Parts: sequence; structure tokens; C-alpha cells
Amino acid sequence: MSNNPDPNHNQPKPDVDAMRKSLAGKKGRTYWRALEELSDSPEFDRFLADEFPNRSTLMQINRRDMLRFMGASLALAGLSGCRSVFLPVDKVVPYVKAPEELVYGEPLFYATTMTRAGYGFGVLAEQHEGRPTRIEGNPDHPESLGAVDIFSQAEVLNLYDPDRLQNVMDQRDGSLLSTWDEFLAEARKQLAASKGKVRILTGAVTSPTTSALIRRLLAAHPGAVWHSYEPAGQSNAFAGAKLALGKPASTVYDLKNAKVVVTLDGDFLNPAEFPGSLRSARDFIDGRRVQGRDRTPMNRLYAFESAPGLVGAIADHRWPVRASDIRSVAEALLNPGGPLPKTVTADNLAAVAADLQANRGSSLVVAGPHMSPEVHALAIYLNNSLGNIGKTVRFITPVEENVVHGASDIKGLADALNAGEVEVLFILGGNPAYDAPSDLRFAEALQKAPFRAHFTSHANETTVFCNWAAPKANDLESWTDSRSADGTASITQPLIAPFFEGRTDAELIAALAGSPAGGYDLVRAQWKRSMGANFEETWRRSVHKGIIDGSAPKSMAVAVTGSPASLAPPPPSPRQEVVFRADPSILDGRYGNNGWLQELPKPLTKLTWDNAVIMSPATAQALGLNLAVPDEMVKLIVGDSYIVGSSYVAAGHPDDSFTVHLGYGRTAGGTVASCGMDPNTLQFEQERINEHGGGFNAYALRTTSGMDVAEASSIEKLGDLWSLASTQGHSPFDDVHITDERQVLRDFTVDDFFTNLDERLKEWEENSADIRNQNLFPDQIFDWNGPQWGMTVDMNTCIGCNACVIACQSENNIPVVGKQQVKRHREMHWLRIDRYYSMDTVNPTVTWQPMFCLHCEKAPCEPVCPVAATVHSHEGLNQMVYNRCVGTRYCSNNCPYKVRRFNFLNFSDNQPNFAEQIGEEFVGNRRIPGPLHQPKAEGVALLQMISNPDVTVRGRGVMEKCSYCVQRINAARIEAKKAGREIKDGEIITACQQACPTKTIVFGNIADPNSAVAKMKKDPRSYLVLEDLQTRPRTSHLARLRNPNPAIRPAGVAG
Amino acid sequence: MADKRPLNDVMITGEQNYRSIDDAIGSLVIDPKRHKYPWYVMATLGFLGANVLAATVTWLVYQGIGIWGNNWPTMWSFDIVNFVWWIGIGHAGTLISAILLLMRQPWRNSINRFAEAMTIFAVMCAGMYPLLHTGRPWVAAYWLLPLPNIMGVWPQFRSPLMWDVFAVSTYFTISLLFWFMGLIPDFATIRDKSTGRVRKVVYGMLAMGWRGSNRHWHRYEQAYLLLAGLSTPLVLSVHSIVSFDFAAGIVAGWNITVYPPYFVAGAVFAGFAMVILFAIPLRRWYGLSDLITLRHLDWMAKITLATGLIVGYGYMCEAFYAWYSANPFDYHMSVYRRYTGGYAWAYWSLILCNVVIPQLFWIPKARRTESTLLIVAVVVNIGMWLERFVIIPMALLDSYVPSASQPYYPTFWDFAMFAGTVGFFTMMMFLFIRFLPVINIFEVKDLLYKILGGKAPPLPAEIPAGAGE
Repeated sequence: MSNNPDPNHNQPKPDVDAMRKSLAGKKGRTYWRALEELSDSPEFDRFLADEFPNRSTLMQINRRDMLRFMGASLALAGLSGCRSVFLPVDKVVPYVKAPEELVYGEPLFYATTMTRAGYGFGVLAEQHEGRPTRIEGNPDHPESLGAVDIFSQAEVLNLYDPDRLQNVMDQRDGSLLSTWDEFLAEARKQLAASKGKVRILTGAVTSPTTSALIRRLLAAHPGAVWHSYEPAGQSNAFAGAKLALGKPASTVYDLKNAKVVVTLDGDFLNPAEFPGSLRSARDFIDGRRVQGRDRTPMNRLYAFESAPGLVGAIADHRWPVRASDIRSVAEALLNPGGPLPKTVTADNLAAVAADLQANRGSSLVVAGPHMSPEVHALAIYLNNSLGNIGKTVRFITPVEENVVHGASDIKGLADALNAGEVEVLFILGGNPAYDAPSDLRFAEALQKAPFRAHFTSHANETTVFCNWAAPKANDLESWTDSRSADGTASITQPLIAPFFEGRTDAELIAALAGSPAGGYDLVRAQWKRSMGANFEETWRRSVHKGIIDGSAPKSMAVAVTGSPASLAPPPPSPRQEVVFRADPSILDGRYGNNGWLQELPKPLTKLTWDNAVIMSPATAQALGLNLAVPDEMVKLIVGDSYIVGSSYVAAGHPDDSFTVHLGYGRTAGGTVASCGMDPNTLQFEQERINEHGGGFNAYALRTTSGMDVAEASSIEKLGDLWSLASTQGHSPFDDVHITDERQVLRDFTVDDFFTNLDERLKEWEENSADIRNQNLFPDQIFDWNGPQWGMTVDMNTCIGCNACVIACQSENNIPVVGKQQVKRHREMHWLRIDRYYSMDTVNPTVTWQPMFCLHCEKAPCEPVCPVAATVHSHEGLNQMVYNRCVGTRYCSNNCPYKVRRFNFLNFSDNQPNFAEQIGEEFVGNRRIPGPLHQPKAEGVALLQMISNPDVTVRGRGVMEKCSYCVQRINAARIEAKKAGREIKDGEIITACQQACPTKTIVFGNIADPNSAVAKMKKDPRSYLVLEDLQTRPRTSHLARLRNPNPAIRPAGVAG
Repeated sequence: MADKRPLNDVMITGEQNYRSIDDAIGSLVIDPKRHKYPWYVMATLGFLGANVLAATVTWLVYQGIGIWGNNWPTMWSFDIVNFVWWIGIGHAGTLISAILLLMRQPWRNSINRFAEAMTIFAVMCAGMYPLLHTGRPWVAAYWLLPLPNIMGVWPQFRSPLMWDVFAVSTYFTISLLFWFMGLIPDFATIRDKSTGRVRKVVYGMLAMGWRGSNRHWHRYEQAYLLLAGLSTPLVLSVHSIVSFDFAAGIVAGWNITVYPPYFVAGAVFAGFAMVILFAIPLRRWYGLSDLITLRHLDWMAKITLATGLIVGYGYMCEAFYAWYSANPFDYHMSVYRRYTGGYAWAYWSLILCNVVIPQLFWIPKARRTESTLLIVAVVVNIGMWLERFVIIPMALLDSYVPSASQPYYPTFWDFAMFAGTVGFFTMMMFLFIRFLPVINIFEVKDLLYKILGGKAPPLPAEIPAGAGE
């Protein structure tokens, strides 16, 4: 991160803590973490007092299992001597001809593109001796800028997923292994005989190669139709553009120049909803970065949200507004005077409008993908009236091919199927039997096509209804191409040959068309047309760089047509609404089999492994739910469908609104995804979901008429308790609000902070000096002439997106532990993002605090370890020696930041115990990604290959924690030594830092005053968490700033 | 003819002579018929408990400590609670045998033997926990010892856990030696009294050639006194060091200087309660009320009361520090975690058990009524267990960083291991009653001699003069 230090300023070092004094005037600001703790009901007391709120976990193993394990371990003990007799002998053979550029032990990075819901996303894939282990951002790619989101990173786990569909399956008569040749022969025969009654269903497609091939196939079979359906795609945005601009268009936001941003339930920081979220996040945060003592102007964000989301958490002002009322807000912004939702006052809205007007051309209105086309159109009208088009927002020809609108398009297909107009149906990816609107009864319709083939990475709910299933290759195994949110095209190159029989979409289509070719040839053939004369060089450069230069489409010249008055009138506002949103962790369900994402605490709710019916405290109370007893089950009815799921009471949620996340309640799709249903009785097994996660299927409520927002017919309390696994939920505190006496957080309005800054800094410095002077011993600990590693975390720029959490998990081989263990609070994430609420419960403000090992100079964990397994390095790292650790866990007890994680069981699964510990039902149906050692088809121990070879895999009984990515430090040190130089600033980038879209984390040598991290540490906002404890963390946090509009009350933060 | 006048001294009652004492105690070892159904019931229960322990430990080592309820951030819970509780139980034995010996308190003679046995077995139970609670006991078993190794890696001597290793192992060694030393003259008595060949050989070996010569007695007294001198500081040091596990930590609610004395007092408190708990059935079931008199129980109850008051003072100190230090974390810990909040029941039960109910012992009658004594002893042991529960998991589940506060609840295996150690302890105690003299025979004889004013008691009538011992 660059810094602009004022050369004149010679203030004392401001990483000083005087929290208590400085905030003395802010009494009454209290932090709290969960609603349960605010309520003080006898039921909650009882819940707390109950020693075993979770009785079912008490007996985890029965006698029979125990005897079996004991017997097995005895029997197996003798087998190790028989290796060459019974077990295969592993041979290690060196390369006869080493691949180009390969140096053993050194990773190679390849630029490639990950595709999610059609949209490409440029990444650098790390490859160790031929196996991809990690996905990092591609700095050259405009939608990555070096950062990477959770999904792209987790794709590497999908690659090694043992549950992937591995062979072509002939399911016409049972389920038989087949071959591509058989399948293609049959498919071509059927195509030829179909007389054009051919349908192709894809997700969103941006790939020029694939779309061209599909079009060619369609041309060869007149009458054939291509349908696209994304359950949580961008179709509303296209429709909105069509309403306001007369033609569908992709919207590209340029938040760099936006000084005032209003979101109409548009979580533009959330990669699950906006394909361009990473660049938006970077640009948006760059506009509110405050550095040094200069009061850099901050942009201002107003969020109107139907559910607490990432933008609401970072917003300067936030209003909970029901999704069906967002339109009235948009209309009132355009033409004041209309009716307003009760949470928004006219005065406040006028202030927002005035702020927008004051920033004409540098403001922006964003609508969320689940907003109706009319709201998107209103956003365009607003942006138009503010003169923002062409400045902060521009439109390009739709990035997606075949832009017809999601629900109507799949409805068309379902109608055709029901009418018997479809002889041959190819489903390329996707899972329509699960995620199509429930009123289409797609699974039934599907079976009316005599020939139906599913081309998919996992055998899912749709696959079982198809008579052919063919494996789709992972992006990391494919040659293909795609376009990103701003239309930039890039090539996907494989990192590894397909593990199984997987092929790409393009390969499949080409083969169906009768001209089979490899993906490489197909993509090259496509681009040969557009890359011009110097093809070979352009191609190589494009593949190398990860983007095709000049491929980004120019902005469309747009003319706004129509007017707000010409829009269809809004449907009557439902009394109680249900809002369907893509899950922030597993999207529309496509990442359901990904253990990393399942166990990732969702932003704000911090839920793992389940979805929930999210509602406001007032609505919950009205329903008769007890706020103090978490996770009460409810039955939510929409029309004639219902779901049964857990309630989750979220502060800041609008009243009379229920947010449900899509993607759960899976019945197929892999051992991690599906846990919900007994395959024999087709009944959901509540107990099992409770224990191991799985949630409910929100698609059951979703119909073509209510794809995004539906009216809740009724909702009732069932009386039973679900148990959700939230990593920051049920607090053992009863009535305790955490006051800022705890010196954990610093949170100011920008006005407050810069007023009397000098005095404040002086006070902090004095306080800090006081604390330092309490030492009995002189500071000699780091009297060593070498780099001293340190880090800063800017809470002002953290958006809570979790990219760092997955980055850390992927880089550091962090195991997935399963819902049962998360419920016991044994999750292993080295990096967690703590969520703190403040202010009121109706509309609280949120402060994120990324927390991981702070590498204290006087680390309390070190002196208490009896075996010296955690020690300090000369460079200031608090090192954890796994091999020496005996697991007394004293270090964790003594860690004030609680950043240490313990392998209570054999989580990393280098022995088989952990899966057994979870219980009998897991032998056949695990919800963790399976034992690493488990051999799968053809003897490939798949999951084992995902491990980063530079990081030890920790076994049972060992403590672990953030290491500042010591493996990266060492790699850089080796390079520097080879070159005979010092390690350069910025040469070491930790995994979390690399993934972060907002450059919140800065790492480097604090002994070098010119390093970026040293400059950040001198920032007046820099402070040490819990400085009073004298632990002297090497990681400093930087205070959160808010930029509320003084004309608005209640302001976003206490004054 | 023999003087049949009953003794009415407080420390030995009834008609006693050397023979009767030998019989009362020694025959417990020699004559199986003296063990009636209570022995069989208790030994069986103990044996079953020990099996539970074996099964739990097997499962624990096989699976890892994840079978317990310990979580993040409550990394220690029942494991260390039980460890501290058991170590505390053992303390009365050492106090009785060492400190009371040095203080020339003759009443210790009737109770020191089984109190010492309790120490040994309690320390065995205690010692299991620190080892088995580690994530990798198979390496913890020797990495915590300062063994020279090729890597030149030593234990970390700054860690209170390291001090624990030395404290507890020293304690166990000294206690065992002390106990064994005291047993030698009694082994010889049993050897001499035994008729069976096996018993003669076994006890003969254990007696290590004891002939009761003047020189033997001289050496014995010297060595016993030396060991008592060694043990005495241990009474104070062991639990002080155990308390350092907490006091040396940074955890709010742990980092308090009152912990060492408070822990020692608590240990003696719990230990005496346990001795009472064991002494009452012993005198009842084995007709030993003449040797373990109500006066013994009375004295022990007084010590329990005194140490209970010290412990109560400790609780007041904690509250005072929480307030006076103005440390928000300590304050929060005390007020919202202990005095109020979801786990307040544990704190207030502990106050009830450790501070309120023991006040019954101000009433002399309560101190001399077996039923009251039994109830209070049980209550005190529960209270002391709760005290450790309050100190350990309840301090840990609340942390400096508010986001890391999570509830804790134990599992079946937590209880199984605790029940298992109780069973193991019971089994060992009843095996001890069966195979070893449960009261120090020669010291009681010595006491009798002293009570009779330096005269040998008369010989029993049925033994002809001259055949005496």
C-alpha cells in the first residue's frame, strides 16, 4: 500500500493506546455480538444454565463401533510388514525428460481464468510439480487486480473433489459405466434423428468459443434452441437495461470516481452477487482510504438493504428496507414525495438526494441482481439524471451470450418439454432439477425428453433424471475462454491433464457437431479469427498474461428511453416477503460440495454448513420466537410450498421480511453437499441435518412469478430447536455489553477523528509510553540486525468478504472439521473476521476486525509452553513448532487474542480416525471432504494432492496458528540470499494479503522505516489491540473511520 | 489379672492392649472373614469404575481429546479441574503425616496411614490427567522430562506446567517413600502374625528384614523424621505450584497473587474432608471406632473449618481484587461470569458448599456426629470440585477479545473419565484395606504406651504370661 507521509510531521509514533481516556467522552457506545446476549429472558438463562444444550453429541460412539475399531486396529497392526505382498509398492521415478521450467520444490505460476456462473476471472494458479495447489489473483486482469475471491480460490478443492463425476454413465437402463465414444455415437444418432427438436440448456455463457460452437450446432439443426438459465444470475440487470436503454446491456461500475454511492440492495462488494465485485471493492475502498495525518476526502456510501450484507457493514449510512420497498426508495430519490418505507424518513432521503445532487457525475446508484428490472431501470434513470453515465457507470454489450431472461427462458424450455417438443436435450452444467423455479416441476418435465444428457462436474439432482451423464472438466483441466464482468476476454489454460474423463463444453459441442477436437485447438481456432496477423505471438502473450489485450468492449453509446412513469406499476407490497439471495458462501448451490466454502463463516451471520430463515428481531418476536433461544425452527409457507428451517434473528434486518439463501437442502451432488435426505424414504432427516448441516432447499419456495421476492403466505413457529453452527453466535454472556474499555476496537467518525487529532495523539502516546515504562526489563528482545516482520490491518478498508480466510485455508493446509465440530467451536481457521455490532439492534453498525496471530513481541503463549514448542525467531515471528508440540493447550489459554487452533481430533486426516469419530452414519455419507488418504478411482488419492508442500500438515493433538506465511518469508529469503541482496519491501506477500481485494493487510519489515508496513504503523489510526496487556503485537490494527452525512440522523456512529 | 478398665482417653478408647490392636488392624490383612459385604460392594464398584477409566483412556488415546467437551477457547476443562481436585485430595495425607508429626501431634497416629494411602492414590489419579490431557501423550510422557537428547532440546523451564512436572513427581516419590517407610514395621508384624506361606514370603520381603531391634528403630525414627522434613515443604509447595498454572497466566480471573495460599488451604480443606469421608465408613464397617474416635473426627472437622475459612477469605480476595484493581477484565470476569450470568449457579453452589455449609462445624455436636460429618465432607468435596470448575473453564470461556467467548459443555467422556478415576481410587483404597494395615499398628501401640503413662498395657488374659510379644 502506498503512503504519503507528511515530511514535516515529526509527531511521536502514534501507534499508541489511550483508549480509555480518549473515548471517555463516548460513554454509552457499547459493542455486542449477538442478539441473544442483549435479551435477558429466563429461557435464555435456562439455555445457558443447561449444561448440555446439545445432548445428542454426548454419546458419539456405540459399543459395536468401539469393538470394531479396536479389532480393526489390531488386525491392521500386522499388515505393515506385508507391504510388498498385499499392498502396492510405491515407486519413485525421476523424470526422464523434465518439463520445461520445472525446478523441484519451486512452484510455477500460470495465468489462467476461472469461470463462475459464466463470468471469467483472471487468476494465477500455483503449481507444485505438476499439481495445482492454490489460486491467486492475476494483477494484470482488470477484474482481479491481484486479488481473488473465495470462490475462485476454492475451485482448487473442487478440482480434487473425489465426488466428481468420473466417467460417462449410461443411465438408460440402470447406471452403467460407459465411454465417450458410446455416448457421442448415441447422441449424434439422436441428433440426426431429432428433426430439430433439440434443446441445449446452459448456464450463463460468456465464452466466445463455446457460444460460437453452440451457434454452429444450432445452425446445423434448424429448430434447435439454446436456453440459458442462471438461478442467481444477472438477468434482472439485463432486463432493467432493456427497459431503460431499449436494449440489454451489461453494466460496468467505475467506483474510482464515485464520491457518493447509493445502493438499492446491491451488495456490490459481494462476489456471490456481482461478478465484478473485486474491482468494485478495490475502487470503492480506494475512494475512502485515509492515510497519515492528512484528512483525505472519503467517499460516502448509503445502503438500503433488505438483509444485512457487506455494503451495509461498510456503509456510512444504512437503512433496513424490505426488498419490495426498495423501489419506492428509488422512486423517491428520483421524484421526492412518494410513499416511503417506514424505516426511511423523508428528511433523511432528501439529504441523500441532496448529497447525490451535490456530486453530479461523481455519484453512483447500484441496484442488486435480485432487484426487479424496474428497480434496475430506476437506477439507470437515477444515474442518468445525475449525469453519472459514462463517468461512474457505463454500459457495454452484454457480456453473456444468449441473453434471454433467466426464469422466462427456463420456463420456455419446461413448456416445450411438457408439450413434447423436445426429443433431444443437452444440459451443459447446471442443476435445473434442483434450482429451476419450483412451479415448473422441471424434474418431471425433463423426463419427457426421450434423450436427455447431463454434462456436469458432479452427479447432482438433475443427473439422476437424465439418461446419460458425462463428466465436465474443471477449469484447471481445461482449455477454454471466457469474458469477465467488464467484457475482457481471457484464455483458460489447464494446469493439469484431466483426472478423469472430463471434457470442456466446447469439446463436447464440437464432438456433437461431428468434428471432435481438443479444447486447445478449438480455442485457438476461435481466436485465430480475431487476433489478426500476428496470431502466434498474440496468442502466446495472451495466454502468458492471462488476458487478451484490447478485448474489452468499448462502452455502448446509450440513450435513455422511457421514464419512471412508463415502468410497470409495482406489484402490491406483500404483507410479509421472502427474499431469495445467492448464498454468500456456496452461491446458488454450485459450491455445495466444497468443504472450505461450507465451513466458511458467512459474513454477518457467521453461519456455517446451513442456511436459515433470516429475520429481524421484531418480526421474530411477533412470530412468538424467543430472541434469547437461538435457532428456533420455523415453517415458512409460500403459496402451496413450504420449507422447514431454522430461524436466525439478525440485527439490522427489515421487519416483515425473511431472507433465505439458496443452495442448501441438497439431496445429491456429493458427500459434502448432500446430507439432507434419506435416499430411501425421500424424507429429510432433521436430526442428521442438525448434526451435520445441510439446511433447507429454498428453491422449493421459488416460482417463476416470485424468483427474487415472494409473498410469504404464512410462517409459523414449530417449537423445535435447530442447532446452527455459528462461529460467533451464542454468547455465554447474558447481559453484558462489551464496552470500549476493552480496547479491542477503535472506531471514529472522520470528523471526530480529525478534530483535536494532535491532542488525541499526544494522549495516546503518553498512555502508550506509560505502558511501555511499566516494564521491569529493558527491551533487548529484538536487538538483532535483520528484518523484523510486522503487519498492519486497516479496519477502515476491511469489507469482511472472507477472501483472506479461504486464502489462509488454502495456503496453510487448514482442515475442514464439519458442522459437529464447528458447533463445539473447534473450527480451525487461522484467520477469522470478528464481527462487532454497535449502536441499536434495529439498525446496528458493524465493525469488522480481522484477527489472527498478532505475533506479540512478548507473546504470553511462549513462556507457558512446557516443551518450548512455541518460540520467537530473531525476526520477530512467534513460531509454532508442530513437531515439538505435545498439545497441553496452555498457549491457547494464555493467548489474549485467542488465535490459536487445536487439532482436537485427527482433522487433517492423515490417519483415518477422524471420520470414524464422527460416527457411523459417516462411513457412507460424510460431510467433510473425506480422508486425504482415501484412494479413489484408479488409485488416485485425490485430496492429498491439494496440500501446499511448503506447509506442514498438522496431525492430531497439535496446536497451530498463523505463521505470517513463514514459508513465503523463507522462499523470499532464499531468493534474496541467492542474489546477494536484502529482501525487498513488498517481496513477501502473505496469502491473506494477496487475496485481499481492498489491500487491507500490509506485511513487511518494520525495522526498515521506508517499508510500507512501517509507514502504516506510523499512521495516527494505528493501534495495538489490548495494548495494556503489554504483549506488544507485531500486527497493528488501524481504526475504522466512518463518514456520515451530518444532515442525517441517526448518524451512522455515535458522536 | 488384667486391668479390664476401659480407656477413656480421647485417642484410643475401649479395652486395649497390644494384642487387641494387632488384632483390630492386622487381622484385616490376615483374616478375609473380617471383610464383609461393604468391602465386596465397594471393591466391585471401584473395579467397575477402574474399567470405565481404562476404556475411557483407551478411547481417548485412540481418538484424541476431541472426545471431551474442551473447545476453543475453553482449552482446559474437566481434565485440569480433576487434576487439581485430585492433587488437593492428596494433601491431607501429607499434612497429617508430615506436619503433624513434626508438630508432635499424637492423634495423627490413628489416621495417618490411610490418609497417606489416599495421597498416593489421589496423586496417581491426578497424575493421569496432565499426561492424558495433552494432545500427544505418547511424546508428552518424556518430552516434559529434562532428558538429554541429540537435538539438545530441553523442556521450557519457565512454564508452570514444567514446574508441575517436578512438583507432582517429587510429591509422588516422597509420599510413596514416606508411606512405605512407615509400613515397614507393620509389614514385619503381619509377617510374624501370618500363618500362610505366601503371606509370610510377600510381607517378609516387604518388611525388608525388619527385626525390631533397637538399631532398626533408631534408624527408622531418624529416616522417618527426615522424610517428614522433606514432605513438609511439599505440602505448601505442590499446590502453590499447581496454582501457578493459573496465577502465572494472563487470563483474567487467573492472574491473582492470592492463588498459592488459597490453593493450599483449599487442598487441605478438600483433603481433610476426604479423610473424614473415608474414616467414618472405615471405623463403622471394621469396628475401629476405638482407634478412630469421635475426637479424631472432631479435630479433623476443626481443621476443615479453619481451612474452609481461609478459602472463603480467598473468595473475598478475588472479589476485592476485581473491584480494587479497576481492571475491566477482572471485574467483568467476577461480576458477569461468576456472580451473575449463565454459570453463576456454579459459583454460588461453590460458596454454599465451601463457605456456608462448613460453618456447621462451629457446633461441637456437628463435629462429632457421623452423619453431619459425612454430609459436610461430601459437600466440601463437591464444592472444591466446583471451585476448580469456576476457576478453569469459567475463566477461559470468557476472553479478552469478546468475539472469542464461546460456551462450553462437557461430554459423556468427561464424566466417564472423572467417574473412572473415582472408581480407580475407590478400588485402590479397598485393596489397600484388604492387603495393608490400614492404621499404623506400631504407632498406635506407641500411643497406647504413652497414654498409659509409659507403662506397657497388661497382657490379655488368654495368653499365658511369658508368651507375650
